Amino acid sequence: MPKLFRGAVWILIVLLATAAFAKLATTRGETINAAWLLTAAICSYAVAYRFHSKLIASKIFALDSSRATPAVRLDDGHDFVPTNRWIVFGHHFAAIAGPGPLVGPTLAAQFGFLPGVIWIIVGVALGGAVQDFVILASSVRRNGKSLGQMAREEIGPVAGVTALVSVLGIMIVLLAVLALVVVNALKSSPWGTVTIGLTIPIAMVMGIYLRWIRPGRVLEASAMGIVLIIAALYVGRWVSDQPTLAPMFTLSGGALAVSIMIYSFAASVAPVWLLLAPRDYLSAFVKIAVVLALAVGIIVSLPPLQMPALTQFTDGSGPVFAGKVFPFAFITIACGAISGFHALVASGTTPKMLANEADARMVGYGSMLMESFVAVMALIAACALTPGVYFAINAPASAIGATAASAAEAVRNWGFTLDPAEMQRLAQQVGESSLLSRTGGAPSLALGMAHLFSNVLGGGAAMAIWYHFAIMFEALFILTTLDAGTRVGRFMLQDLGRHVWAPFGRVSWYPAVLLSSALIVAMWGHFLYQGVIDPLGGINSLWPLFGISNQLLATVALCVGTTIIIKMGKARYAWVTMLPLVWLTLVTMSAGWEKLFSPDVRLGFLSHAHLIESQIAASTLPGAIKTITDARRVIFNDYLDAGVAAFFMISVVVILADSVREWVAVLAGRKPTVSSEVPFDASIAVVGD
Amino acid sequence: MTGQSFKTLARDTANVIRRIIGVPDYDRYVAHVQAHHPGAQPMSRAEFIRQRQVDRYSKPGSRCC
Repeated sequence: MPKLFRGAVWILIVLLATAAFAKLATTRGETINAAWLLTAAICSYAVAYRFHSKLIASKIFALDSSRATPAVRLDDGHDFVPTNRWIVFGHHFAAIAGPGPLVGPTLAAQFGFLPGVIWIIVGVALGGAVQDFVILASSVRRNGKSLGQMAREEIGPVAGVTALVSVLGIMIVLLAVLALVVVNALKSSPWGTVTIGLTIPIAMVMGIYLRWIRPGRVLEASAMGIVLIIAALYVGRWVSDQPTLAPMFTLSGGALAVSIMIYSFAASVAPVWLLLAPRDYLSAFVKIAVVLALAVGIIVSLPPLQMPALTQFTDGSGPVFAGKVFPFAFITIACGAISGFHALVASGTTPKMLANEADARMVGYGSMLMESFVAVMALIAACALTPGVYFAINAPASAIGATAASAAEAVRNWGFTLDPAEMQRLAQQVGESSLLSRTGGAPSLALGMAHLFSNVLGGGAAMAIWYHFAIMFEALFILTTLDAGTRVGRFMLQDLGRHVWAPFGRVSWYPAVLLSSALIVAMWGHFLYQGVIDPLGGINSLWPLFGISNQLLATVALCVGTTIIIKMGKARYAWVTMLPLVWLTLVTMSAGWEKLFSPDVRLGFLSHAHLIESQIAASTLPGAIKTITDARRVIFNDYLDAGVAAFFMISVVVILADSVREWVAVLAGRKPTVSSEVPFDASIAVVGD
Repeated sequence: MTGQSFKTLARDTANVIRRIIGVPDYDRYVAHVQAHHPGAQPMSRAEFIRQRQVDRYSKPGSRCC
């Protein structure tokens, strides 16, 4: 009877999910409540977790609680430490959730809510969560080996090197695009600039407190830090109201970009305890708190979705970024559906903490479902804005002009309505001079969040504080990522560089440290600066590159996973990783191809370069490009972007070819079907900690 | 709830939060050294925290986008 009852409950959940999806897909011409979207997501997650992750756990890996994990066998008290499953879950979630799942869905909302919803939910169930879980389980079975090591050992040295170089390439593009998001959010915003600027000395005060005054008292220091950053919000408002002070902090995109580069360079060579570690603690707190608050805000207010299910921009003419819904919706939303970067976390700290290998299901698959839910919430926040406001904030000036009147005109031509006075009122309400063309996703997300939060707490009067709180929250962890990413990039560069010149690899030799940090900052800084001066708005070229690179890394991870599954003798289940692999290959290759060769000048890097070349020849440069030198720089950047896209595409082909070669060899019997995992040893008892 | 159990709860909660945000667990490390390497001198708290932080921020595996 209980079995029958459970069966009935699952059938009900499946029916609910189906009904919610049907409702979402068939709605035309009327607003739909966010509750439908939440129902579709939560019911689908439950079904996916119950059935699909169970298949991976029992049929593929046969996860076994009596099998000692690396944390148990190799417990050394610092690196390998068996840890309670809920703590590992929280830790893993805090490590994988960043600005990615917030920004991607916000940008992809230009297609309407439907493509984003479907990709986030189906993508995570069959792709992202599978990848994270498979890589985590594989790493746990191999003493916590990293993705790069597994690529080298399971597939071959070519795949290993490609994976390594790809990770460095991805870091550069990731850091550039995240920095661009911050620059666009803080441009001409003295309030935001002052608040974010103050988080730097606040983190340093925490660092000094933790080092010298009360060593190791992290919770005390964090509580103090949280109070101080809230005070910083009010200081920012005060400064923005001072006629003499406000202009000093009203910075242009270029000035902000240079400041962020200088900051990241300094932070990445400073001692970890001074800035990075305290800032990281602070942003972990704020991150978890905001995710919870966002969930509460959405569930309490259940906003109607103003955005239609599909907009006409699925044809590729969208102002936020160019490109058709296929493949660009699947490139724009990476984190939240599938994110290759997670494979680095799932083969990094997490496998060394699992006390029981059966927990890999909850930690690997479960955390990714949580991240997907964050992406769903970001999508709701974006789609709860009226389409007119959404496009006025997210479209670059080249599409909507520089005034509220021109923006309203452009929005009307797209078939939506926008009252120019409303944009002015909204900007005033959140304490900004203007919200037009604040591209990058952060300002529109912050506005959406401010709406939701002020519904729950504070009302309209609190809009400005909530808006700047949301901006600060995004900038806080983006800056942490910039600082940590530059540092990691430096280590990777030094590691590669030591093969060329040995002293370059010495991590404690200051000239090498300064040089390698400067090189990394210069690399992502170049892309950042190019994005800032890009007349099309840098997000249009950089975000797709980031998406392609992230999906490339997912391709690597899924190739590693498939190889491991085949070598375990479980080839009949290899479809589990091959299905998302085939899809991602299609998506990355077609998106890369279009970014390279599309004749649409907003989309194809090469056709854009040719256009500018012909404009130089005919002296018909557009107003946004003032001199021939600038035009030559635009052309150079187009070719550079094209080169980067080509590099990512070639990497996909190399990894795939090398993997297929290995699969065929194993399946044809030319190579033995032997798993490389650490053998089960029953004599090592699993002891609880 | 008695005062004692409230204290325990508060301490456990604080511990869980610390682990989730990734604060290195010095007490556990010392207990480990004493249990498994009798006679060995564990690192000092400051040294241990410094070593854990350097390790955490030198590899790409500790965070994502």
